[in-house]
Amino acid sequence: MTAGHVHAAGQEHGAGWVADALREHDALVAQAEALPNPRDGRTKGSPQPLAGTVREEQVLERIDRARRSRPRVKEQRINMSHGAGGKATRTLVEAIFLEAFRNPLLEPLEDAAQLHFNGSRLALSTDSYVVSPLFFPGGNIGDLAVNGTVNDLSVAGAVPLYLSAGFILEEGLPVDDLRRIVTAMHDAAAAAGVQVVTGDTKVVEKGKADGCYINTAGVGVVEHHAALGVAQARPGDVVIVSGPIGDHGITIMLARGELDIEADVTSDTAPLNGLVAGLLAAAPGIRAMRDATRGGVATILNEVATDAGVCVVVSEDDIPVRPEVRGASELLGIDPMYVACEGRLVAVVDGAEAGRALAAMHAHPLGARAAIIGHIADDPAGIVLLKTSFGGTRIVDLLVGDPLPRIC
Amino acid sequence: MRFVDEFRNADQAHALAAKIAGLCEPGRQYKLMEVCGGHTHTIYKHGLEDYLPESITLVHGPGCPVCVIPMGRVDDAMHLASNPDVIMTSFGDMMRVPGSNGSFFDAKAQGTDIRMVYSPLDSLKIARQNPDKRVVFMAIGFETTAPSTAMTVLRAAAEGLENFSVFCNHVTIVPAIKAILDSPDLRLDGFIGPGHVSTVIGCRPYEFIARDYGKPVVVAGFEPLDILQSIYLLMLQLAEGRAAVQNQYTRVVPWDGNVVALKAIGQTMELRPYFEWRGLGFISHSALRMRADYARFDAELLFDVPGVRVADPKACQCGEVLKGVLKPWECKVFGTACTPETPIGTCMVSPEGACAAYYNFGRLNRQRVKEVSRS
Repeated sequence: MTAGHVHAAGQEHGAGWVADALREHDALVAQAEALPNPRDGRTKGSPQPLAGTVREEQVLERIDRARRSRPRVKEQRINMSHGAGGKATRTLVEAIFLEAFRNPLLEPLEDAAQLHFNGSRLALSTDSYVVSPLFFPGGNIGDLAVNGTVNDLSVAGAVPLYLSAGFILEEGLPVDDLRRIVTAMHDAAAAAGVQVVTGDTKVVEKGKADGCYINTAGVGVVEHHAALGVAQARPGDVVIVSGPIGDHGITIMLARGELDIEADVTSDTAPLNGLVAGLLAAAPGIRAMRDATRGGVATILNEVATDAGVCVVVSEDDIPVRPEVRGASELLGIDPMYVACEGRLVAVVDGAEAGRALAAMHAHPLGARAAIIGHIADDPAGIVLLKTSFGGTRIVDLLVGDPLPRIC
Repeated sequence: MRFVDEFRNADQAHALAAKIAGLCEPGRQYKLMEVCGGHTHTIYKHGLEDYLPESITLVHGPGCPVCVIPMGRVDDAMHLASNPDVIMTSFGDMMRVPGSNGSFFDAKAQGTDIRMVYSPLDSLKIARQNPDKRVVFMAIGFETTAPSTAMTVLRAAAEGLENFSVFCNHVTIVPAIKAILDSPDLRLDGFIGPGHVSTVIGCRPYEFIARDYGKPVVVAGFEPLDILQSIYLLMLQLAEGRAAVQNQYTRVVPWDGNVVALKAIGQTMELRPYFEWRGLGFISHSALRMRADYARFDAELLFDVPGVRVADPKACQCGEVLKGVLKPWECKVFGTACTPETPIGTCMVSPEGACAAYYNFGRLNRQRVKEVSRS
C-alpha cells in the first residue's frame, strides 16, 4: 500500500471497524458457547459433528442475538441510507436520538406521542418534507406536508386539530411556486378539517437548500380508549392494508425524469383521518395503525414483528399493487413492499373484528381497495414471512440503504 | 401482469417439482451450481428451495458482478473519484461495496462527486453538461454489461467527447467457471448456466464443460419457473447419464449470442493477461481492458491509479462462498460481523450476492417455516 495514496483501512467507519466488528462477533460466539444447547443438552463446543440443519439453526440464533443487541451507528458521517426509513434510520433514531432524549413518552417510537393533560389525552407529532421535485403528479410538497402530519396523528388514534408550518426557503425560489405550495397546504388542511395556526420562515443562500423544505407539527385529541401500538399485536390478529401500495414512491421516482420510464401513476397523498374514524368505530379492538411512508409496508410489518415479538405472515397474492407500480418496480428491480405511500395505512386488527374493520374501510373512498394481507403468528418471533405468489416462502427484512435498482 | 405472472405460476411449479422429485435416485445427493447471482436472487426471493427435495442442493456461483471486484480496485476507483476534477459515475450496486477506506456512499457523504447512473450512456450526458470536469464511468460486470460500456465509448468517440473515460473492470464468465471446475474443493453435478451473459456470448462457450468435464449445463432464464425447469432439465440429463449444453432461455438467448454486441466489445476492449478476482485470486485472461485505439477513454492511462493489491479482511470467506465451497451461513462472520448494513465482504453487498440473498430472504429454518405456512 503506497503511503499518501491509500489511507489506513476502515478510516470512514471509524478506525479498525472490521476489527471492532470481529470483536463483537467473537463475544457473541463466546456467549453462545456458554449456553447449553437447547436441542441435545450438550454445550456448543461439543466435538461431535452436528447435522447441517442444527448448525444452521445455531447460526440463525446467533444472528438473532446480534440483531437484538444494542444499536450502534458505525459510520462517522451521515449518508443517504440514514434517511431512507430502513435499518440505518432505525439504528440512527435508537442510538442517537432515543439515547439522548429517552423518556417514556418517546420510547414507543410511534408516529405520534400520547400526552395526558388535565384528564384529556393529546397526540403530538412532527415531520419534515424535503421531496424533490416539489411538484409531482397528484400533489406537491405542500399537501404532502399537511397530509403527512394529519396521518401521523390519525394513526395514533387522534382527531387532528391544529398544525404548525415551518418553511426553509432557498434564495431564488419563484414566489409563484411558493404560492402554489401554500394554496395546496390550505386546501389539504381544509379537506382534513385542521387549521395551520402558527409558523416560521427562514431563507438560506442559493445552493444551501433545494427550493423549499417544510416542517409541520400537529396536535390532536385522542378520544379512542384502547392503547394503540404495534407492540400490542398478538397471534390471531389480521393485517390490513388500506389500498394499493407504492404509488407515491414510484410517482416521485418517475417524476425525477432520470429513468426515462413513463407510467400513468399519481401520488396517493391524502388525509387518512376520515378513514381512521370509520375504522375505530367499527373495530374498537384494533391493536395498531401506521401510515406506510418511507420504508413502505415492509418496514411497518417488521416493526410489528420486532416490537410485539411475533411472526407476521403475509401473502404476496393478497397485497394490492397497481399494475403500473408493479411494472415499474419490476423494471427497476425494486420491491413495492419497500416503496413509500402517503395516503395508505397498515392496521393490525383482532381476528374477530377483521370483517367489520375491512367493511368499514371499504365504505370510505380511500379504503375502497383495502385488503387483508396476512395474519400474526407466534413463531418464528421477530420475523416477517412472505408466502410468494410462486408458492415459496421468504423473509421480508428491513430495507438496507436506498432501494437501488439492480444492474443486471 | 403479462410476461411475469406466467413465469411464476404455482400450479406449474408443483407439477415440475413432482417431476424433479421423480428423477432423484434414492440415496444420491445432487449439487447444482447456479453460476449467476441473478439466479441466486430469484431462488431466494421466490422461495424456490421450498420446491426441491432434500437431496438437491443449490450451490451459489461467482456470477455476481459486484462480488468479484477486489478491494484494491475499489480503492483505485475511490482514488480516481477523489480527484477534484473528476465526476465518478457508477451503477447503484457498486455504491455500497467496501474498499479498505469505506464505500462510494461514504465518499459521497464526504463531498466526493460520485453519481449513480442507470446506464453508462447517462455518463455521457453528465460529461456534456460539465465540460470543465472529467467524467469517469466505473465499468463493472460480465459480458452482460460490457457491450453497453463499449457502445458508450463508441458514441463518445463519434461525438468527439474528450472529458469522458472508463475505469474498466469488466470480467468474463468462462475462466471463472473453469477455475471452479478445476478447484479440488468442490464436486458439482451440473450447472444452471448464466442467462444474461449468454444473451451476449451465446451457448457455445460452455460446450467444454459438457465435453471435457462431463457436466450438464442448462442456460436458464431469471423467473422462478425458468430456474425450476432448468433444474428439471439438468436432472433429466443426469438420470439419462448425459452431459450436454441446453438452452432453456430460448426466448432471449440465441445459440450463437449477439454478434453486434460481441463486435462492439471486440472493437473497444481486449483481454487482460490476468486480473484479480475477489476471493478467487488471479485468473488469467479473465477480464477486459480498453484497446490501444481507445486509450484516450481509458481512465487507467489518463489518471494516476495506485493499482495496489489489498488483501481481504482475514475473517472474510467470500472466496469460499463464491466458489460454492461454503454456504453463506457457514462463513464465520455471516450475519454477526458481516451484515448488509456493514458488509465486510462483497457477497453481502449486492442483492445478487449469495450472502445478501440468504440474509435478506432466506434466513430461516425451512422446516419451521413449513409448519407456519400450513397454519
